[in-house]
Amino acid sequence: MSDATTESVSSRPPSAPRPGGGSGWPTPIPEAPITPTTTPARSVVRPGDRIFSGLAKGSGIFVIVLIAAVAAFLVLRAVPALQRDQVNFFTSREFDTTTNVNALRFGILDLFGVTITVSLLALVLATPVALGIAIFLSQYAPRRVVGPLAYVVDLLAAVPSIVYGLWGLLVLAPVLNPVGDWFNNQLGFVFLFSRASGSGVGGTIFLGGVVLAVMILPIITAVTREVFVQTPVSQIEAALALGATRWEVVRTCVLPFGKSGFVSGAMLGLGRALGETIALYIILRTSSSAFGYSLFEGGATFASKIALGSGEFNNNIVAGAYIAAGLVLFVLTFVINSLARAAVAGKKVR
Amino acid sequence: MSATLDSPVKVQTFQPLSGRRKATNAVATVLVSVSVVIALVPLVWVLYTVVSRGLPAVVSATWFTNSLSGLLPSSPGGGAYHAIIGTVVQAAVCAVFSIPVGLFVAIYLVEYGAGSRLARVTTFMVDILTGIPSIVAALFVYALWITTLGFARSAFAVSLALVLLMVPVIVRTTEEMLRIVPQDLREAAYALGVPKWKTITKIVVPTALSGIITGIMLALSRIMGETAPLLILALYAPFINTNLFAGPMGSLPGLMVDQLGNPTDAGTNRIWGAALTLILIIAVLNVLAKVLGRFSSVKR
Repeated sequence: MSDATTESVSSRPPSAPRPGGGSGWPTPIPEAPITPTTTPARSVVRPGDRIFSGLAKGSGIFVIVLIAAVAAFLVLRAVPALQRDQVNFFTSREFDTTTNVNALRFGILDLFGVTITVSLLALVLATPVALGIAIFLSQYAPRRVVGPLAYVVDLLAAVPSIVYGLWGLLVLAPVLNPVGDWFNNQLGFVFLFSRASGSGVGGTIFLGGVVLAVMILPIITAVTREVFVQTPVSQIEAALALGATRWEVVRTCVLPFGKSGFVSGAMLGLGRALGETIALYIILRTSSSAFGYSLFEGGATFASKIALGSGEFNNNIVAGAYIAAGLVLFVLTFVINSLARAAVAGKKVR
Repeated sequence: MSATLDSPVKVQTFQPLSGRRKATNAVATVLVSVSVVIALVPLVWVLYTVVSRGLPAVVSATWFTNSLSGLLPSSPGGGAYHAIIGTVVQAAVCAVFSIPVGLFVAIYLVEYGAGSRLARVTTFMVDILTGIPSIVAALFVYALWITTLGFARSAFAVSLALVLLMVPVIVRTTEEMLRIVPQDLREAAYALGVPKWKTITKIVVPTALSGIITGIMLALSRIMGETAPLLILALYAPFINTNLFAGPMGSLPGLMVDQLGNPTDAGTNRIWGAALTLILIIAVLNVLAKVLGRFSSVKR
């Protein structure tokens, strides 16, 4: 700053009278104006820079194009099948692609019902536990154990979903059978808990929901915790100073502050649950009973139905029927994930 | 007068917590602690199941050296060599495509885009890509690669579908690591007249490298267990095939799905053996990631 001032003063032409300056002032020795030794710095754009920034920008655009391409190609392949659909795609409960390949009969009502039911069940089971863990890790746990515990909860996400499916069907189902029987006997008059056919929980939406709950637990916990730990310390200390108990701190400071994080985490968990394929494929394929608005019936979600139909992917038109179902799933997860991001948008500190 | 001063001052003591508040606090403490235990139960249970049921197959002499070629479903023996090869090859091919794309997207978001409209849209799209179900990725590759471009079902198609699942994970972790590289380092490089792209490749990325590699390891461990693309895009083979572009290829999840239709003891053993092998590979990747993370030159 001072350099600039000096320069501007000294480069002033000596003949110019200083405003208010007396004649007694010595005339400054004229100096040559400062000229840069090289040509003025036009910012040099090197070819390396241009290539590299082009690659980086291109990759960014590639991701955008990729999402657009996913939507475009799914639509492109779904349309021929939809044109040959003999029933209403949105309101039919049929999904028959094998009887007559030229007159497909497929609708998504049942798939939609099962997908929503199993995902909501998973959400109902997982969110309270995830909330508890997030509160424990952010407010209760000693600093030393927070890292390891969070890592262990994250490990739940590292187990492949096919392993969860096997574990659910072969190990968890026999253990849950008494629970299922209790619901059938005590609450069987509610349509959700009635059972029309079969016995045991193997292959039911109930089992699928429980396994899904375990699988979406880590993501809900992680997102919720991330926001909970940002609760302003001043608010927590103020509450403590007013004599609040630990729980009252959580209720009056942490929960109101972190609500958006919890909602966002639950939405992301829902998105995961909607798209989960292989665990539900393994569990639900063992039951042949159709969706009957009960948790103790079988059925197929969008994803598990597509996986079940993988053997029919030799015919492009039939594959189109499954791709149409996949398109609905894509739109569904797109909307849910966008809502989740919007919910937490203001809170995320980078 | 003096009597008043001499008498001890009675400070109003704190009121003890009312019983109800105390009880609520205790109940809440118990509930949040219990929820942690509830989360640990399935983890321990799943791991115990996989280890105890998978061990007989994995410790057998031929597990890591033989394939299942030519074996009857009911006959014991054989191994998962073909499946391990398939899983590793598919993941490696996927990584070859995903790592450069993921790195460049992250570099764009942190170094070039910063706040621009395109960067915001890209961030949003990466978020969407993170949430894309694996079966939808598989259907997309089927619609593009197999029906539109006319290629056959192959392991390469599976790798392409896995790219969609791996890229967002790499972008997220790399972005996070690049953001915590101190701004001073970049400015020091610029002050020395180092071009921007050299600053990024020689200063910024090396500083964050261990964190980036950690992210890549975690991304790899995520895609290795993906099964949905295998069902749609590749056929399972019980023999060794290393040709990416033709013929069926084995893989660990594929082996498990295939043996689900095998009700014999040999089949059950193979299912859990494959599950244990898969979890071991993922565990090794996770431990490597953790160890590398310790060498990180930038700290969160």
